[in-house]
This record gives sequence, structure tokens and C-alpha cells, in this order.
Amino acid sequence: MAVDADAALAREFPPLVVPVERGRLAFFARATGQTDPDYFDVDSAVAAGHPDLPVPPSFYFSLELERPDPFGWLTGLGVDLRRVLHGEQSFTYHALAYAGDTLTLTTRISDVTVKKGGALELLTKLTEITRDGTPIADATSVIVVRNPEVRT
Amino acid sequence: MTALTEGAELPPLAAEPISRTTLALFAGASGDHNPIHLDLDVARSAGLEDVFAQGMLSMAYLGRLLTELVPQERIRSWQVRFSAITPVHARPTCTARVASVVDGQATLDLTVALDDGTVTLTGDAVVDLD
Repeated sequence: MAVDADAALAREFPPLVVPVERGRLAFFARATGQTDPDYFDVDSAVAAGHPDLPVPPSFYFSLELERPDPFGWLTGLGVDLRRVLHGEQSFTYHALAYAGDTLTLTTRISDVTVKKGGALELLTKLTEITRDGTPIADATSVIVVRNPEVRT
Repeated sequence: MTALTEGAELPPLAAEPISRTTLALFAGASGDHNPIHLDLDVARSAGLEDVFAQGMLSMAYLGRLLTELVPQERIRSWQVRFSAITPVHARPTCTARVASVVDGQATLDLTVALDDGTVTLTGDAVVDLD
């Protein structure tokens, strides 16, 4: 079924306040085969000049998933999660963040584009990540919803 | 550290073949609990033969390549497009090439490909030279 673009663009996301946990970053490092100890050994990170483990560059996407029911905005629009693909992801960086930081995420849906006569719908989600009001990173996700019943 | 000169091919990063354990650990670590990556029953109910890897797993491998090339604070921006799914047991290899160097910043062309040549991810990153 087609996504209601007006409902998607009007969707409000309460600001999300997320503490960055050291153990979680170490787990992320292990799960991604990280070999650089600066990302899982706090002594190594401190020796390299960091105050704690740095948040690695793609982990900001994971912070967004700390929201309760992180895919609820999609299911709320009637989207079957089995039909969803992650189409694109981008980040712009302003400053490093570290384990121990508390980050605030502000999210909105910025665009809904229908392609191939409705067989594909592209939802663009923008998230600004700040620490005490200071910009840390901006994240943009393009989510592709496949509607295979739509013939093109 | 590798010199970021225009046209330079940078050292690739070859990940281990992706096991179901990799997918489970990454689901927990990344917070992406979508069962399409974990649960064969769910994958089959969607008409797929098997589960497939989270796109952000490949982006994380690419992130490792970037932070091996430059200190992380030099990464200014990074964008990727996911072009094919990564099946279980596939082995992603991340590669980077310096596309241009302008005003103290290098633009890197990024690719993740599987052993059979399938390109699963393309993108680029802008990094400060110092």
C-alpha cells in the first residue's frame, strides 16, 4: 500500500536523549571485527588523546535505533518491514563524541518520493545529533519501500 | 599512514566471511533487530531464500577502513548507497581511491564488493588532509 506522504512529512519524533555507553561501543567494535584498540580499549583511547572510547563514524545510525519501537514510524505508516530496504545513508560530522556523553537526536522525515509508478517509495529521514547544544553529526537515511504488487 | 594523493588506490580492508553469528552479534551491537537479518522463517515469509546482512554492517567495515586511513576527527562527511544485498557467507572487501584533492581535503571513492564481483555499496567520503 502507498505511504501517505503528508502523514509521513507531518510525523513528529520526540527528541531522543541517549547516553553513549562504553560497553556498547566495545561490543560494536567486536561485532564489526574492529582491530584498532582505540575503539574498544579505553586505555588505548586515552593514550591516543581521547577522553574515552570514540563513537565510530557509522554508530550514529545505531543511536537512532535506541528510540522505543525504532521502526514504529514505518509500521505506523502502514509499511510492512519485510519490504523495506536501506537505500542510502550519509553523515556529516562536526565533532567527535565519546562514551559517557549524552547525545540528543532530533529527527524528521524530509522527503517522500514515489518512483516507478508507486512500485518504489523513498522516505528520507534527517537526524541532527547534538551534545549540550553543540552539533556533533547529521545523519540522513533513505529508506526504500518496495511495493511489488504495483505493476510498472 | 598512506599518502592521500589524487588517483591513489588505498589499502583495502577484507572482512571475514559473514556468518549467522556475525549477523546476530551485529544486530545486538547496532540495535537493528529487524528479524529479516536473523530469522530464516521471517526471511522465507518475505519470499527470500535466506536472511541477508544488515547494510550498516558493510558501512561499519567501510568505517574501519576510513579510520585506518585518517584519524576519525578528519572525516568531514560520508555517504553511501546500498546497491545489492549481502548474502550469508559472503565476504565483503572495502576499497577506496582518492578521487580528488582540493583545498586541503580529499574526496575518496568507496566501494564494497563480494568475492563474486557483486558491488554491494558505493559511496564517497570527504576527509581533511591534516
